[in-house]
Amino acid sequence: MNSVIRGTGYPLVHVPDMVLLNGTTQTTERIVNPESEYLKKLGDHIRTYEQACAYYPNQVYIGNYTPEILEEVEFPWYDKPSPVSDRFGKYGEIMPQEEFYLLMQASDEFELLFLEKAFVEKYKPELAKNGIITEAILDRIHEGVELEQIKKQVNEHKAEPLRSNGELVGYVKNAHAIDENLSAHVMLENLVSKASSVLSLLYALKDAGMNPDDVEYVIDCSEEACGDMNQRGGGNFAKAAAETAGLNNATGSDVRGFCAAPSHALTMAASLIKAGTFNCVAVTAGGSTAKLGMNGKEHVNKDLPILEDVLGGFATILTANDNINPEINLDIQGIHTVGTGSSPQNVIGSLVVDPLERAGLKVTDINKYSPEMQNPDVTKPAGAGDVPQSNMKMIGALAVKRGDMDRKDLNDFVSKHGVVGFAPTQGHIPSGVPYLGHARQEILDGKMEKVMIVGKGSLFLGRLTNLFDGISFIVQANEGVEEEATVSRDEIRGLIAESLRDFASSLLESR
Amino acid sequence: MDLENQQRVLDLSNEYGAENIVVLVGAGEGEAAGLAAETVTAGDPTYAGPLTGVSLGLCVYHVCEEAVKAEFDPDIYDEQVGMMEMVLDLDEIAEEMEAIREEYTKYC
Amino acid sequence: MSILEGKKAIVIGDRDGVPGPAISLCVESAGAEVVYSSTECFV
Repeated sequence: MNSVIRGTGYPLVHVPDMVLLNGTTQTTERIVNPESEYLKKLGDHIRTYEQACAYYPNQVYIGNYTPEILEEVEFPWYDKPSPVSDRFGKYGEIMPQEEFYLLMQASDEFELLFLEKAFVEKYKPELAKNGIITEAILDRIHEGVELEQIKKQVNEHKAEPLRSNGELVGYVKNAHAIDENLSAHVMLENLVSKASSVLSLLYALKDAGMNPDDVEYVIDCSEEACGDMNQRGGGNFAKAAAETAGLNNATGSDVRGFCAAPSHALTMAASLIKAGTFNCVAVTAGGSTAKLGMNGKEHVNKDLPILEDVLGGFATILTANDNINPEINLDIQGIHTVGTGSSPQNVIGSLVVDPLERAGLKVTDINKYSPEMQNPDVTKPAGAGDVPQSNMKMIGALAVKRGDMDRKDLNDFVSKHGVVGFAPTQGHIPSGVPYLGHARQEILDGKMEKVMIVGKGSLFLGRLTNLFDGISFIVQANEGVEEEATVSRDEIRGLIAESLRDFASSLLESR
Repeated sequence: MDLENQQRVLDLSNEYGAENIVVLVGAGEGEAAGLAAETVTAGDPTYAGPLTGVSLGLCVYHVCEEAVKAEFDPDIYDEQVGMMEMVLDLDEIAEEMEAIREEYTKYC
Repeated sequence: MSILEGKKAIVIGDRDGVPGPAISLCVESAGAEVVYSSTECFV
C-alpha cells in the first residue's frame, strides 16, 4: 500500500541581523578582508521585514500564491512588491527574527541561549498571538537576563551575539570549553535548525489536520550535524525537534545527503509506511544560517537588495493510504548510483528518463517536474543562472537526444512541464520538495495526475568523494485501495441464522 | 571561485610552471565562466581568495569551446558533455572566454 | 598547435554546468594530464 502526503509545512524566517553575523560569505569576508567595500555597503542592502513579506517568491513558498504567479510577473521580481504581503499563508508564515529568537530559546534544552529581559517582555506577547505556537513552547521561554551579562559573555567569553536591528539582545554560549563541535557558533547553527524544524513540523501537522500524538517517526534531512568531539554527527535533530513540537509518541533519526537528503528521507518515510512499520511519518528540515547572503557580493555589486535574508524550513506528514491524498509511488524511482558517473546526461538519465522508460512512460507523461527549485531572482544575478529552468532544459534535451521529442518543442516542454523557481537558496530546502504542497493541492483539485520530485546533491563538497548524487520519485493522484473480498458482520449473522434454521428444520424432519 | 580551488591553482602553477598549465572550466553561464577565467588569469575579482592580486595569466577554456572540443575524442565528448550543448548558451560563454583570454592570458 | 596535448590540466567544473569528472574524461582523451579536478556549487 502506497503512502500518501497528508500535509506540508513551509515556514520562512526573516533574519536580517543573522545575514550580517552568521552567513559564511560575510564571516569569511570579515576574516580575509575586514575593511572591504562589501562589508561597508552591505548594511544598506538589507530588506525590511515588510519588504521580505511583499516578495512574490516568499509568498509562493508559504502558499499565498501558486508558482504560476511568477510566470505572470515580469522578471526580476525583487523590485516588484507583491500585492499580497501577509505574514501567514496556507503552508506557513514569514516569522520575524525577534519572535524566532524566542522560539530558539524555547528549543534550547541546555541553557545556552539567553535573551535580554526587556526584549523578552516586548516580544513574548507577540509570539503568544501566533496560533501555531503551543502553550508548552511559550511556557519554556525564560524571563531574560540583564544586558550587562550579555555584553560580558559576548566580549569576554566568545559567545555568539544575537542582534535585533544591530542592537545586542542576546547570546548563545558554547556547550563545552574545548570541544569545537559544541562551540557557540555550532550551537547557534544547530538551535536555528532545530527551532525552524519545530515550526515546520507544527505547520505540516496543521495542514494535515493531525494531532502531534499521531506521528510515530520523524526523519530530519537538514544539512547540519549535531554531536560532540567523540561523535561529531551523532544526531539526532529529528527527535530533538519532535520533543519541542510535542510529538510525544514519536522517535526518529537523521538522514544526510546534501541537497538530495529530502528526497532520500521521503523515500525512506514512504518505504516505512509501505512496509507497515509505521502508519505516520514526518519528514522535516530546518534552515541554515551559513547560507544567508551566500551570493551577497554579487547582489551588492549589482545594487540589488540582499535576497538571501530568510531561513527556510519544510516538513511533510506521510500516512498510510487514506484513499484521498496523493500517493508516493516508489515503483517509478530514479536513482543515481556509484556507477552512474557525473556527466549531465547520465545524471538526468538515471534520475528522470530511465525510471520513466522502465515504467513505460514518456517524459511528457509527467505533468510537472520539480527538480531544484532555487529562486532565479537570487541565482541569476550571481551568475549561476536559472537552476530549475536549466534542469528542465536538461530533461528536455535528453528526451530530444533519445528521440522522444523534437528539438523545436524543447522550449514549450520547459514552460509546460517545469515549475518556476521560488525557494530560498537554503541548500536542502529548495531541492525538489518545495513543490510538494502545491503539487498535493493541484492533484487533489484534479488538475494534475503525476508530478516528479527530483533531489540532487553535491556530495563532492564534503571532500570524501567526487561523486554526485540524486534520487527521484513520483507523486500521483490517489488510485484508491481495492476493497478486499471480506465478509461483513451482517453477512456472518445471516449465514449463522440460515444454518441454524437449516439445522432446526432438519431436527424437525428427523422426528 | 572557491578558496581551496584558488589555492590549488596557485600551488600547481608554481609546481609545474604557469606555461605548462591549461585550465578547463564547466560553468553553466557566461558570466560565471568569465569570473572563473578572470580568477586564473588576472586574479580573484572578488578579493577573497589566494589569487587576489595574483595575475597567473593561465591558458583557460570552457569545455564546450570549439578550439578544445576539436581535440577531444568525439565519442567521449558526446557521452560526457554533448547534451549540455542544448542547455548552455554557447555563444555567450565563448564570447566571455575569448574576451578574458585576449585581455589577460599570457600562455595561450 | 595543440592546446591540450602534453599539458597539465586543472579542471574547475560546475554542478549546474559541466561537472569536473566529465570534463576530466574529455581532457584526458586529448592527451593532457589532469592534475586537479573539482566541481563548484553556487547554490
